[in-house]
Amino acid sequence: MIRRLWKFNGGVHLPDHKGESTRLPVTRARLPKRLILPLHQHIGEAAEAVVKVGDPVLKGQMIAHAKGFVSAPLHAPSSGTVVAIGDLPVPHPSGLNAPCIVIETDGEDRWTELHPHGDYDQLDPSHLRNIIREAGIVGLGGAGFPSFIKLNPGPGKTVDTLILNGVECEPYITCDDMLMRERAQDIIRGLRIMRHALHARACVIAVEDNKPEAYAAMLTATRGTDIEVAQVPTMYPAGGEKQLIKVLTGMEVPSNGLPIHIGIVCHNVGTAVAVYRAIEHGEPLISRHMTISGGNIAQPRNLEVLIGTPVKDLLDECGGDPGTLERLVMGGPMMGFSLPGDDVPVIKTTNCILAMTRDNAPAQRPVMPCIRCGACADACPVNLLPQQLYWHAHAKDLDKVQEYDLFDCIECGCCSYVCPSNIPLVHYYRYAKTEIWAAEREKQKAEQARIRHEFRLQRIDREKAERAAKHAQKKEELTSATTKNEE
Amino acid sequence: MPASVSTVMLRVVYALIPGLAAYIWFFGWGVLINIALAVVVALGCEAAMLKVRDKPLQPFLTDGSAALTAVLLGISIPPLSPWWITLIGTAFAIIVAKQLYGGLGYNTFNPAMVGYVMLLISFPVEMTSWQTPLMLSQHSLSFFDTLRVIFTGALPDGLRMDAITTATTLDTLKTQLKIDRSMAEITSAPIFGYVGGKSVEWISAGFLLGGLWLLYKRIINWHIPAAMIGGLLGMALIFFLIDAERYASPLFHLFSGATLLGAFFIATDPVTAPASVRGRLLYGALIGVLVYIIRAWGGYPDAVAFAVLLMNLATPTIDYHIHSRVFGHGRKK
Repeated sequence: MIRRLWKFNGGVHLPDHKGESTRLPVTRARLPKRLILPLHQHIGEAAEAVVKVGDPVLKGQMIAHAKGFVSAPLHAPSSGTVVAIGDLPVPHPSGLNAPCIVIETDGEDRWTELHPHGDYDQLDPSHLRNIIREAGIVGLGGAGFPSFIKLNPGPGKTVDTLILNGVECEPYITCDDMLMRERAQDIIRGLRIMRHALHARACVIAVEDNKPEAYAAMLTATRGTDIEVAQVPTMYPAGGEKQLIKVLTGMEVPSNGLPIHIGIVCHNVGTAVAVYRAIEHGEPLISRHMTISGGNIAQPRNLEVLIGTPVKDLLDECGGDPGTLERLVMGGPMMGFSLPGDDVPVIKTTNCILAMTRDNAPAQRPVMPCIRCGACADACPVNLLPQQLYWHAHAKDLDKVQEYDLFDCIECGCCSYVCPSNIPLVHYYRYAKTEIWAAEREKQKAEQARIRHEFRLQRIDREKAERAAKHAQKKEELTSATTKNEE
Repeated sequence: MPASVSTVMLRVVYALIPGLAAYIWFFGWGVLINIALAVVVALGCEAAMLKVRDKPLQPFLTDGSAALTAVLLGISIPPLSPWWITLIGTAFAIIVAKQLYGGLGYNTFNPAMVGYVMLLISFPVEMTSWQTPLMLSQHSLSFFDTLRVIFTGALPDGLRMDAITTATTLDTLKTQLKIDRSMAEITSAPIFGYVGGKSVEWISAGFLLGGLWLLYKRIINWHIPAAMIGGLLGMALIFFLIDAERYASPLFHLFSGATLLGAFFIATDPVTAPASVRGRLLYGALIGVLVYIIRAWGGYPDAVAFAVLLMNLATPTIDYHIHSRVFGHGRKK
């Protein structure tokens, strides 16, 4: 049966630059001398280190445990010694340093003891989730939300469709493409485990129609099963979770809602492989597939990279030329962010490193005033009015931007891409969001201060009253004593 | 690669070519001279104002927006208008309506229409001296004759202004209806063509062609032109059905005056139009309705300019009340 597909508003066709990095098969990247592991690689609370400087570690050993519910532990990607724990540059748009564990590798790559589980279908879903949580698995598509939470439908909710996202709509990035071509069986194994955990009625694997090899591989791997493989039209950002759900089902995830609210759960194909490795091999998440591409790279390709590998090692391995390097980007050209330098490590959510020369990262064309042409609104996959948002963000009118549904913006960058005036629209939206969050924190602080103050006043009043009562009591005792004496 | 501001403006100018070619064919060189003069004045005023406002010259002079305003104004004023009409109108459009409001992207009103209306109110005689189509006129002016008329006011020997100008069809209709003449009598006059004004209907068709090309090239969206034409035709149809003897046909309205120029090139100016799709539909439809009202019952026959400016005034209100339906928000709002 051919699935009926829907369309979302707007979107853009981009030159995909995917051919460059799919020529070579995926191999393991060289073992780096040092691994730098930021404690915060996912959405939620940062992990907490459980090793000290000087501790020897084995490959796969837990080195930081999850702190709180929305969090993920961290494991040593190779054997060696912890040589430092402290603030170092990490890949984050802010460019700030953050706490990291640094491991000097010993070259032996010795595993810790692993506990594989042969028959996942004999395991209780909550047990499965626990193993996945302990394996430190987070969404590998880019957001990095702890996967065990998304594998729990929650009380009273049923999952109709489990979608495996192999769309990979950003230019240059091909790691999911290569994974589907080369590891289709592993993806299906992971998918079955996920399906078991969720009790999902149906499964769909979505592949963009510019990846015919991956599509064919997934078709072969699913032959004879009830798992569907859907080819979706190439259109950025069809790989966005909400956009993909719309394309596949025609349903819109409600604003401020989650896919589970309409009976859908969406995971990345890479995450499925990580889940499979965790359950059937007992391996925690210590490596991932990623793309190294861009005009600066002599041999653009995909590698299986240990988490914590410094970007510089990868550039060297793929023939990056430091002389012509203009800009380093983590992620794709649309939603990625510039790296301050090549000393930052690969983290769990790193799907791509782009090393751009002057030619592929041309100087920003001059920014002109907005002419309200509406090209941005036509391109917006969320149906926002980007120019109005820009106008109010520019004027720092934080109420107005929320009235225009700023928080529905997925920051895909379509508006900035089509803008004839070259306005970096998404920057304004990020700025406005940050300002609003800051204002809200201030408000909460003020509210807390007010409550504290009121409590203090109450306490003072109470103490005063108590003192007065005591005083009165004493006085009474005294007077009664004197009267007694007088008697 | 997506378009830049200057390619957008340039394509709009290209799209004017078919209508403009028809204009020159039917009325001679006057319009071209007006446009050339207006472009020079517009760029001069733009440069001077940018200098005064301490803005960079290069990006704003080459963005094509001042030139486009000049071309639209040049097309709008009578072809044989004296040079100072073009000068004053263009200068006012650029200096007051555009630059004093903050330049490109910040003007509330369509600059070309502000210039036009200012001229119409200040110099009604010059602004209503429309040339007789060449095919109805016994006189044709050469390029140099036209140049001389515009810059010195001197007509070739033995020619008076009355002999080469005439009332427009919209004007004729309005005045003749007032003296209770029947529609059939009025439209049998030589200045009426197949459906609209003689010659003017062909120029309109040229603008329609250019407009369709802009739609094809996705420089403009269909919402405003379709809504404006729909609004005008709807009104015209209602009254035409009520009394065809007193109200002109929808087709006449479509191919007369500046309807098609306005629908595709003036009302679509994004700077002064609402942002949302539903806002644009409303905006366009109300322009169409206003054009009809002004033509049928207003004091001036030049309805498009007034209708566009009135709706420019309403744009912020429309934007305030009408938003788009955002993904995941249901069908309300």
